[in-house]
Amino acid sequence: MMTAPTVAATATAAAPTARVELLIDGAWVPVCDLSHLTPGRGVAVLLPDGSQAAVFRDRHDRVYAIANRDPFTGAQVLSRGLLGTVGDRPYVASPLLKQRFDLTGGECLDDERVRIPVHTARVRP
Amino acid sequence: MTDSTEKPTVLLVGYGMVGHRFLEALAENGAAARLRVVVLAEEPRAAYDRVQLTSYFSGRTPEDLLMGEAGFAERHGYEVHLGDPAVAVDRAARTVTARSGREFRYDTLVLATGSYPFVPPVEGRDAQGCFVYRTIEDLLAIEEYAKGARVGAVVGGGLLGLEAAGALKGLGLETHVVEFAPRLMPVQVDDGGGEALRRTIEEMGVVVHTGVGTKAVAVDASGAAAGMSFTDGSELAVDMVVFSAGVRPRDQLARDCGLEVGERGGIRVDENCRTVTDERVFAIGECALASDGRVYGLVAPGYEMAQAVADRLAGGERTFTGADLSTKLKLLGVDVASFGDAFAATEGALEVVYSDSRSGVYKKLVVTAEGALLGGILVGDADAYMSLRPLAGTGNPLPAPPEALVLPAGLGGPVSLGSSALPDDAVVCNCHNVTKGTVRAAVTEHSCTTVPEVKKCTKAGTGCGSCVKLLGTIVNEELEASGVAVDKGLCPCFAHTRAELYEIVRVAGVASHAQLLEGYGREEARNGEGCEVCKPTVGSIIASLAPELDASVHILDGEQAALQDTNDHFLANLQKNGSYSVVPRIPGGEITPEKLIVIGEVARDFGLYTKITGGQRIDLFGARVDQLPQIWARLVDAGFESGHAYGKSLRTVKSCVGSTWCRYGVQDSVRMAIQLELRYRGLRSPHKLKSAVSGCARECAEARGKDFGVIATAGGWNLYVGGNGGADPRHADLLAQDLDDEGLIRLIDRFLMFYIRTADRLERTSAWLERIEGGLDHVRKVVVEDSLGICDELEALMANHVDRYEDEWAATLADPERLRRFVSFVNAPEVPDPTVKFVPEREQVKPDLELLFSEQDLLRSLDPDNTPLLEVRS
Repeated sequence: MMTAPTVAATATAAAPTARVELLIDGAWVPVCDLSHLTPGRGVAVLLPDGSQAAVFRDRHDRVYAIANRDPFTGAQVLSRGLLGTVGDRPYVASPLLKQRFDLTGGECLDDERVRIPVHTARVRP
Repeated sequence: MTDSTEKPTVLLVGYGMVGHRFLEALAENGAAARLRVVVLAEEPRAAYDRVQLTSYFSGRTPEDLLMGEAGFAERHGYEVHLGDPAVAVDRAARTVTARSGREFRYDTLVLATGSYPFVPPVEGRDAQGCFVYRTIEDLLAIEEYAKGARVGAVVGGGLLGLEAAGALKGLGLETHVVEFAPRLMPVQVDDGGGEALRRTIEEMGVVVHTGVGTKAVAVDASGAAAGMSFTDGSELAVDMVVFSAGVRPRDQLARDCGLEVGERGGIRVDENCRTVTDERVFAIGECALASDGRVYGLVAPGYEMAQAVADRLAGGERTFTGADLSTKLKLLGVDVASFGDAFAATEGALEVVYSDSRSGVYKKLVVTAEGALLGGILVGDADAYMSLRPLAGTGNPLPAPPEALVLPAGLGGPVSLGSSALPDDAVVCNCHNVTKGTVRAAVTEHSCTTVPEVKKCTKAGTGCGSCVKLLGTIVNEELEASGVAVDKGLCPCFAHTRAELYEIVRVAGVASHAQLLEGYGREEARNGEGCEVCKPTVGSIIASLAPELDASVHILDGEQAALQDTNDHFLANLQKNGSYSVVPRIPGGEITPEKLIVIGEVARDFGLYTKITGGQRIDLFGARVDQLPQIWARLVDAGFESGHAYGKSLRTVKSCVGSTWCRYGVQDSVRMAIQLELRYRGLRSPHKLKSAVSGCARECAEARGKDFGVIATAGGWNLYVGGNGGADPRHADLLAQDLDDEGLIRLIDRFLMFYIRTADRLERTSAWLERIEGGLDHVRKVVVEDSLGICDELEALMANHVDRYEDEWAATLADPERLRRFVSFVNAPEVPDPTVKFVPEREQVKPDLELLFSEQDLLRSLDPDNTPLLEVRS
């Protein structure tokens, strides 16, 4: 299903205690229990360097992480967007002006000049 | 007494608008200083603006209507004798005798006696309660008599007749207009224009009778008018009659002194406005029969005559040989313009007509076979008058095809006519100035097939987004024209429309987006996530039908939580820096001082920016997501509930103060507004719903700009539907009249549920009414006459909604699971988002936008090849 497994880790079979982790500077940083994530939605995460990430869970319990900052407005809001898929490409639509960002590569689907940072995420059982 | 001075004397007889213009022109060209100017005026006041006479009833005083500024006559040395009209002229002696008996000698006599109202010779026309409409004194008499009257009729459906009808309506009378010609304003407009005018005026509650003459005024025992009988045998009970059937030149004074008058009246003058009989006598304005054989009843030609004579007295050569009868007026709030060859009298003239009787718009352009403009008639929307009139008769080709010029400029036209009617140079997206031609080219030349592609290609629709619907229409029409099958599906995930999905959810009882996608989605979209279009749409449908589906009525429960747009997800309105605004419900705009204080305290304690909204409530801006529960805990505690400003649902029901306080109010509009707001609060719908209730026909609550608007009548309530403000304003249409409380609510229940069932996603009631087949008539048949037999069901749906309503915020505060989302960071809930900060402005706060842009952005903004994202301050 996934087209870009190198940038987003996937995991299934979420155990009740499964945890979501992000790869930051070569180390896995725990973020929250998977159960804190609603399928189809995201949460905001504060990273050690003070920057913010948006972490999402899809209906198949895969998790994704991108920068939380909406490059079109500067606001840290991408975690509050809705998930969607075009074909098998997962994306989040910005809650502000609705531009869509690929969750695996960070490309803006509505403006090819724009790309946002992506983090590697995984679910640790 | 005979006056004599060294200066030659100019004697002006008549001090109306034209006379005043003459005095002004004499002052302007310097002649006033060399002349002695004497003015004899019949009325007890100086010249006033007769054209604006009716504005007296909207609060302007007689003093407001005066033409000249204070001290005008004194400053120029004019001797003005008010209330002392000329009664005789001795041309041999060159004297004029006034009613007071005083005699004035003249070297030059200027007659500006105007005209008198024509009263048709019908029996009973002198009865008590019969009036004419010409002077302020007439108005005062009408106003006084109307106090004891209920029904009034105006004889004459021309310009002045409609003015008079507006006055009677304004005085609260049941108003009738009787016009002998087959249409209103027969002189200015044609049948089509008359029909548009008639419809709009009838919608205001004025009853129009055309094609009938008045035979007699019936008089009761006391000698007062009590009724009218007409040439078609019908009768009408009335308490007062205003004759406004045209005017006649007031030329008696001229006749008596032997000046030549026309067969049908009017003092005959030459091109200099000098009487053909006596070189020392001039006549100007409505009393004159001009050299082209016409009597001009409009003020503009009168002014031109006044200026010609004043010029002559200063030694000039200015003449008056005739005038353009072009005119633009606002009658009873309706724009009416007529210019050039309005009736296509020119040989070979062609007509291009746009007529929308529903909104009372009629536009006709008269053109030559080559496309040059000859004239036109505009009713209901005369904005183009200023640009078209100069072109008429010039022989120049029009700048655009005439058909493009009569079509509505806004978005209203394309919805009902198809966007193909819009010219290519019509601006579709105002934010980015994108024309229809550019949008079409995106489809034909850049192979865009969907709105998102067109948005990306042209930038149209990426600003405020109000044109996106129109973009869709243009794209579809362009694709259809090029033979491409058009997909009417909701989104890439569903081939169904919103209305079809509503039926599937209702009939099949599918209460989950995932199930719906698996069972009914497009093949390629199944097993996917759905998208940002279908998720909120299905979420809204499930919320609307929740009671029937036995689903939770709380939109943040279960799968529903994942379907909501961010505003619904946080039960607040997302603003540009990621903060939220909070709007507590204030039903009908009525609020106690205690509650106002609570709002003030909450805003102060949380540092929120406060602003009064257009919907009569208070918006509190600048809340961080983690502050929302604390803010709402305070508000709920004080008795507030969610205002649903974040939802596609009922927003507010505005109201005026109504009969409780207002001296004009006829019903308690506040009570009704509160009742409606509490009934429909929380109702999820295809788009937001706005409403208002006005306590009388003055319409202070602006109910006709709402999705459903209620206006009080003496007999109950009138219900209007499909109104809209915003980018595409539309006046609501009357759905039913004189309803009692119960009937009103029943009808609104049905209307709203029918709309929710059949509208497209994000389609306001105005666009829905324009789109659905059969329009308002169809909706009326369904919800008033129950032509589909579904009214019981619609009412039951609404009853269910009302029964199951709960305040979303109170319910959220009571549930830790629902509250869990209100954190800044899932891994650091105690740390507030450092990018949501504020700076002071006008004693409140505004978002600190600089925080939102990184150093990198700032550097990039210095690069001239990049559009700056932010202004850099030193």
